[in-house]
Amino acid sequence: MKNNKKAWLYLLPALLFLGVFMIYPLIDVFIYSFEEGYNFASQTKFGTGLYNYSYVLHDPYFLQAIQNTFILAAITVPISTGLSLLIAVGLSKIKPLRQLYQTVYFLPYVTNTLAVGLVFMVLFQTTEYSDGLVNLLINWFGGSSVDFIDGPYWAKMLVLCLYTIWIVMPFKILILTSALASVNEEYYKAAKVDGTSALRTFTKITLPMISPMIFYLVITGCIGAFKAYSDAVALFGTDLNAAGMNTIVGYVYDMLYGDSGGYPSYASAAAIILFVIVLTITCINLLVSRRHVHH
Amino acid sequence: MKIVLQNITKTFPSRGKKNTEDVVAVNDFTFEIPDGKLIGLLGPSGCGKSTTLNMICGLEKPTGGRLFFGDQDVTDLPAEKRGVGMVFQNYALYPHLTVKQNILFPLQNLKGKDKLSKDTMLQRAQEVAALVQIEELMDRRPSELSGGQQQRVAIARALVKLPSVLLLDEPLSNLDARLRLQTREEIRKIQRATGITTVFVTHDQEEAMSISDLIVVMRSGVVQQIGKPQEVYDHPVNLFVAQFLGTPPINVFEGKVQGETLWLGEDPVLKTPGIHNQDVWVGIRPEGFLLREDGPLHCTLSAVEVMGRDMSVVSTHPSAVTPSIRSIIASDHVIHPDSKDIHFAIKPNKIFLFHKETQVCLPVGGSVSQ
Repeated sequence: MKNNKKAWLYLLPALLFLGVFMIYPLIDVFIYSFEEGYNFASQTKFGTGLYNYSYVLHDPYFLQAIQNTFILAAITVPISTGLSLLIAVGLSKIKPLRQLYQTVYFLPYVTNTLAVGLVFMVLFQTTEYSDGLVNLLINWFGGSSVDFIDGPYWAKMLVLCLYTIWIVMPFKILILTSALASVNEEYYKAAKVDGTSALRTFTKITLPMISPMIFYLVITGCIGAFKAYSDAVALFGTDLNAAGMNTIVGYVYDMLYGDSGGYPSYASAAAIILFVIVLTITCINLLVSRRHVHH
Repeated sequence: MKIVLQNITKTFPSRGKKNTEDVVAVNDFTFEIPDGKLIGLLGPSGCGKSTTLNMICGLEKPTGGRLFFGDQDVTDLPAEKRGVGMVFQNYALYPHLTVKQNILFPLQNLKGKDKLSKDTMLQRAQEVAALVQIEELMDRRPSELSGGQQQRVAIARALVKLPSVLLLDEPLSNLDARLRLQTREEIRKIQRATGITTVFVTHDQEEAMSISDLIVVMRSGVVQQIGKPQEVYDHPVNLFVAQFLGTPPINVFEGKVQGETLWLGEDPVLKTPGIHNQDVWVGIRPEGFLLREDGPLHCTLSAVEVMGRDMSVVSTHPSAVTPSIRSIIASDHVIHPDSKDIHFAIKPNKIFLFHKETQVCLPVGGSVSQ
């Protein structure tokens, strides 16, 4: 028992910190989400119930945000993970200048988001002088310009997806490169002696061996995609609702501080819905991985 | 199938600075491994034995010389086309596959006309599992097996494609002492049962001696001696081989031949007809000492270790290279523990003379053949 007390004492600083900044807000948000018309300043509310959820779920902006977020996650997670795997395998096969390539592929991770945003501006934004580099290419092949920043929904979504993929890939490449390097060379030698084809070696040996890492990347990638916000802001500015490119986190933020802000109850309800979505998807991921991941 | 190594040489480019010389891992290795025999490649670490094995396997390509399986030149053939089975030091069992899937893996690689039906594959897997006695483990994963069981699975996986040559890299190094004894018998039995030409690598001389038909002793990439284990033990060609084989190791002295007699310090130990006067290295096997009151070798007793069947007498001699000399004496002899001096006679067939410079064994009276 004495030891137990000591242990709690040592844990106290961390617990206090977590309690004040993580657990208390979580509980608070949960409570707010059931309190109608809660006002920070006056600490008043109209009543208690599910009205906030009903309002949020009927808000077209929120439904748009949900759609955007789901599309973003569904497109960027598989593509960025798959591409990263391809590049990591390529990197592990290259012998000369491997260090250089690994550094180059990791650079975007340490590059400022705004700098990346700037590059995307050059690529996609229409200015008085040009329609952007991508449109230049499209014109070159005989197509007509597309406005990627203020134009059709699919064009904007394309840019957002590309941007997200670009941002998340370096970390995934890094993780996968080290996962590939950690596979014991003897397995490959054994496979070679047994005359295993390159494809079979990859699917039957390499993939299962690094599957825990791939699974980790898919889960964190999903969570990251559902929390997306700043990327959209970097591309389309702060009024995401008007651009039709809002995300769930963006909606929460707008409800708190945006032009339509001052609605902590709605924001809390939206946050709880996001929490439920992320929890569900992570659980599904875990269930799927039971069958396919070899620890 | 017999394996012929013809002047096999392997050099690795030196790393780093350009002016340093290439590393010669294996130097001019010529040997014909007879069909159906169990061969032990033996040597200290870094002697080139694993490189030799890898070259036979096809994982390394020799930089010089030719390699034949039977009459076929396989020097330029990649590993997968040589039809060899290889058991790796750490077994390299795929951890995510069951034992059965592991054994089936090489068969599932077969393509085209070699492709087998599912039933044939399963039957082959069952047969080989029966051979190494792991039938009841087929649905387990490697992590659920003991070291010895993993070893058997690895052998089964190597044998399932009916290789013409079986290669084992340090097959017993990951097992504990008791299991090592049992497994080496097992390997011997499996090799006899299948009749596959088998080459294995080890740094443990006892392991090599106990099961090999022939042993190859290597040092720094150069083959020192090839022969039947007992032959090599009884007639080592040089000091290195003499020192490498045998537990406890051979006792080495600095001696002198004068007037056809070998002198260890003040002691005239042996008549050496045919050897002219010179300084020599002298090796005496521990079992070559005989306890005699009138024996010529005068040692100072330091300890007696009784081991039951026999005893190990530790003593010192001024000419010995090692701080103590160890002799194995049958335990029916009685040694007074407080006696200081101890006298030995030497069995002539257990003492070897080596040239001072070249360390090559000197034949005494023409009786030692090599």
